[in-house]
Amino acid sequence: MTDLYNVRNKNLNYLLIMEDIKELIRKYVTNEYLEEGEEITYDTPLISSGYVDSFSMVSLLVFLENKFKIKIPPSKATPEAFDSVNKIVDLVNQFINK
Amino acid sequence: MHFSMSNFGLYEERIKHFDWSVAEKELEYRDGNVLNIGWYCSDRICLKGKGDKKALIYEGFGGINKEYTFNDIRIAGNVIGKFLRDLGIKSEDRVCLFMDRIPELYLSFLGALKIGAIVQPLFSAFGEESLFIRLENAQTRAIITQSKHLSKVRKIRDRLPNLEFIIIVDYATAKKLETREIVFSLDESAPVDNIEIYPAVAESPSVLHYTSGTTGQPKGVKHVHYSIIAQYLTTKWVLDLQDDDIYWCTADPGWVTGTSYGIIGPWSLGITQCILDAGFSAQAWYKFIEKNKITVWYSAPTAIRSLMKAGDEIVREFNLSSLRHLASVGEPLNSEAVIWSIKMFGKPFHDTFWQTETGCIMITNFPGMKVKPGSMGRLFPGITGAVLDPENYEPITEPGKIGLIAFRPGWPSMMRAYWNNEEKYREKFKNGWYLSGDRSSIDNEGYYWFIGRDDDVINTGGHLVSPFEVESALLEHPAVGESAVVAKPDEINMEVVKAFITLKPGFSPGPDLELEIMNFVRKKLSPLAMPQAVEFMDKLPKTRSGKIMRRLLHAKEWGEEIGDISTLEND
Repeated sequence: MTDLYNVRNKNLNYLLIMEDIKELIRKYVTNEYLEEGEEITYDTPLISSGYVDSFSMVSLLVFLENKFKIKIPPSKATPEAFDSVNKIVDLVNQFINK
Repeated sequence: MHFSMSNFGLYEERIKHFDWSVAEKELEYRDGNVLNIGWYCSDRICLKGKGDKKALIYEGFGGINKEYTFNDIRIAGNVIGKFLRDLGIKSEDRVCLFMDRIPELYLSFLGALKIGAIVQPLFSAFGEESLFIRLENAQTRAIITQSKHLSKVRKIRDRLPNLEFIIIVDYATAKKLETREIVFSLDESAPVDNIEIYPAVAESPSVLHYTSGTTGQPKGVKHVHYSIIAQYLTTKWVLDLQDDDIYWCTADPGWVTGTSYGIIGPWSLGITQCILDAGFSAQAWYKFIEKNKITVWYSAPTAIRSLMKAGDEIVREFNLSSLRHLASVGEPLNSEAVIWSIKMFGKPFHDTFWQTETGCIMITNFPGMKVKPGSMGRLFPGITGAVLDPENYEPITEPGKIGLIAFRPGWPSMMRAYWNNEEKYREKFKNGWYLSGDRSSIDNEGYYWFIGRDDDVINTGGHLVSPFEVESALLEHPAVGESAVVAKPDEINMEVVKAFITLKPGFSPGPDLELEIMNFVRKKLSPLAMPQAVEFMDKLPKTRSGKIMRRLLHAKEWGEEIGDISTLEND
């Protein structure tokens, strides 16, 4: 029972942390790249919609690396991997705790 | 679709008896006649019986599709022209177009020209400072923009006393209108079948594009209505547009390619063109070609290299067999990209070389002519060009020797002035030659081979960025003491901006400050001008007279020889 409780608790914490990360990235993108009055969801396309262009993507990459103390190799930092907040979270998740 | 022969034919035949009057005759223009680009690109095509032909196929992000016939764009140009004229906009007033690639951008271009205004297109990703500098310099009277860009205009309007009208094409009622702001809706306006077309003549000013140099603020390159003669003919011969082509020029009209070959060239020929107003993605681009059965595609090396990076597999997911001619502009096209396009599309990208100042293609690989991968190609007929010895500005005759690319003035679309900057304009001419600012060699068959810029201007993704402009912006950041900006090599964009910075007392270098500085420049100037790398230094290398030795920092980035450092300050 205790073990099951711990596992559940650990998963819950993990989910909460991921939600925080997701919201942190969404807020950053909204504040930095969107024009006044524009809003995005976690699934809104960022690159293919034109909200974030390929030049600005570099500053988004630097933000992620600074914030999460990770290093994302150029081969992984593709427009496809940056195309929504959810996709960015998936990418960040690959490098956190490594 | 089968095309047996290019419009251009044989190079040797074309140069033998060339005269620009070829284009004048085809456009039925005679010296002294009225010549208005807005009319030529819409009314004239309708008078030729093509009013029902599609002129514009537009796709915005999220599946927004619109189509316009030549009669539609004629009427839309009239509607916009009338609207501007009713506001009191007169001939030669500057009207800035500050929009994403929405139909109103293309149609306002025609409308403003029809009433004789000078169109000033600006890239909608510009930050407020970039916008301010250009509007102030041109003493712009009206700006046509979208709600999403309004906040940038609002921040600077009080410093722009000449800016009387801020016209919003997609006004959302949620926002309260402020001073000088006016709403305009093309869809809700009554059609205007006829307006009095401004009787522009050959030398009447038409378009004002801004370009960056090493020093000083950006310069407004003034073009005239006669430019259409060269833009028409180069579009026909180099891009090989034929009556049933479906054409896609990927350039934004904030830059000269987007107007010379994204509006004037194709529409003066009565060609259907497609516009995709969405961010870059390989899949979306291939899908767009497949869906619209695009036949002629004019793009840029940065985009081509990004497509290469996306891989070969994705190309095979689409039917791209409609493509019959490919061309590229903006920066030198590397031979690997040419070879890749032959492998993937069965045809090469044809490199073209020209500039904001030249208004039309000057050097190119012509359709049907042997393409030497990595070469810029040969001179367009009627263009006299050379590479000059930088010491005496005399042409170099020895094949393979590097010099300054220069052209004899006099072609129809050559700039007529830098706006209010006679001194800078004069500096562009030496010994009777226009100096392009680029270096190359010429081989024994007359093919030009690009080497690089002759100054410190940074060519990033085909766009010129002034180190001076970026350094000036950096100095406005509270932490920055001094800065030097140079080009850094980049696999996709050829060059990107790198900033070397010393900090003011009380500030410490670190990754958070680096990001803050990057974003500061991005918002103030544009994403293109944002340093993609920042290096903090204790002090910058300077001459004994105190001038920053940018050359040394450039050499460091490119792994080049440092050269003479006898003037370097050493303490």
